[in-house]
Amino acid sequence: MTENYTSLHEEHKKLGASFTDFGGWQMPLKYSSELAEHHAVRKSAGLYDLSHMGEVWVTGPDAAAFLDYALAGRISAMAVGKAKYSLICNEDGGIIDDLITYRRPAGADGTDRFLVVPNAGNAKVVAAALAERAVSGKEGGFDVTVQDASADTSLIAVQGPKAQEILLRLVPAAQHELVTGLKYYAAVDVPFMFGGTSRELLLARTGYTGEDGFEIFVANDDAAALWQALVAIAEDGELTPAGLASRDSLRLEAGMPLYGNELSLDGDPFAAGLGPVVALSKEGDFVGKAALAARKEAGAGSTAGRKLVGLKGLGRRAGRGHYPVLKDGNTVGEVTSGQPSPTLGYPVAMAYVDVEFTEPGTTLDIDLRGKTEPFEVVALPFYKRQK
Amino acid sequence: MAKVAPELQYSDEHEWVAREAGDLVSIGISAVATDALGDIVYVDLPEVGATVTAGETCGEVESTKSVSDLYAPVTGEVTEINPAVVDDPALINSDPYGAGWLFKVAAESDGPLLSAQEYASKNGGEL
Repeated sequence: MTENYTSLHEEHKKLGASFTDFGGWQMPLKYSSELAEHHAVRKSAGLYDLSHMGEVWVTGPDAAAFLDYALAGRISAMAVGKAKYSLICNEDGGIIDDLITYRRPAGADGTDRFLVVPNAGNAKVVAAALAERAVSGKEGGFDVTVQDASADTSLIAVQGPKAQEILLRLVPAAQHELVTGLKYYAAVDVPFMFGGTSRELLLARTGYTGEDGFEIFVANDDAAALWQALVAIAEDGELTPAGLASRDSLRLEAGMPLYGNELSLDGDPFAAGLGPVVALSKEGDFVGKAALAARKEAGAGSTAGRKLVGLKGLGRRAGRGHYPVLKDGNTVGEVTSGQPSPTLGYPVAMAYVDVEFTEPGTTLDIDLRGKTEPFEVVALPFYKRQK
Repeated sequence: MAKVAPELQYSDEHEWVAREAGDLVSIGISAVATDALGDIVYVDLPEVGATVTAGETCGEVESTKSVSDLYAPVTGEVTEINPAVVDDPALINSDPYGAGWLFKVAAESDGPLLSAQEYASKNGGEL
């Protein structure tokens, strides 16, 4: 696989990042200590480069109806300015990716515009599936344009309780209300001042950390200047550049699934707890509908007889991906993600477990390379911020 | 770049060996290893009185991101473990060649060990 570098790679090197491969991209794993970066996001704010994520524009007169057909959610019901978490499934109901769709104001010609944000490693597959479904989805095709803007678009996130006040430092006072009035899972175009210039950028109040936070879409050519402006703010100590290691521990505490760990083509949205994301009742057909309806009928986790649960460690050792989950010595599940929770101070894991052992309070063991360690089934998320 | 303490010897698995009185050696893991592991949150050490064998696993080091085996760089009986790193594994990150030492062995024989110079050039460390 060829290595991809974001437009901010040189900036990360300047900050002394250590890098890791993620979805074919060389991404910062951490700049200093992943624990310090994790705590910074919970207590103040963290700065992330998420430019590996995809950006696919779907525009045209049929855009809303097309996304209702191509994705599992009811996209046409979204109001302009809102964001929605959804899935793109195959005909068998397997999950191709989980993604966030933003409904943007209609274009000058009055046609609908949506921005679909898939995961890094799936961006090309999602863009291709959307393009294919636009043609094959109905007689004569949908009247939409699918444009993969991933290669030209960077994404910078500021996450944490102080994210809003930090971003306001780059926004003219007259426009502050655009930011302060922005609801969670909504997006708006905001003028940002950085590098001696002003740019209107798409600002979304979304994230993957369990904290308040924002994601800023910016053209590759402007990304380094915006990043540098944020790094200058970070020198005051309230914003900390943070890598994917902390992003992973934060999202795990927040009980958010990661594609490739909790979600996969072989997986089941119902077993993953994503039943509410699958809009079986929406009008018309959508890709995977028949298979998903059958799976729902058969009960959650019907394919493997398992369901995704949270596991809280009762000892000190952490479970890791693919470690077996045991009940009385028999394998009853498998860990998908796990590590010590920096915020909570005990190990946490997500695991697919046989449905009969998924009741909160059930005690199970994780096989840690031959040694067992006790865990208790708990409701997700492990961590919820105080609002 | 990770620091390599010049006065120590090193195994290929990133343990360091410090010569103390007589056959006694103290053992820890290098800054090259702690940098790669990330923040260490748990360490499983051999017991005092146990015999460790050069090149074989004798414990585990667990960081936020991964678990790694600890390999004995020498053969002999464990005479002492560092209770401070069991209580506070972060010491291994903050002071890998000092307060973050792991255990001591009355060494009967050494496994293959590298000089600090050899280890640093092989693993991208800095003397």
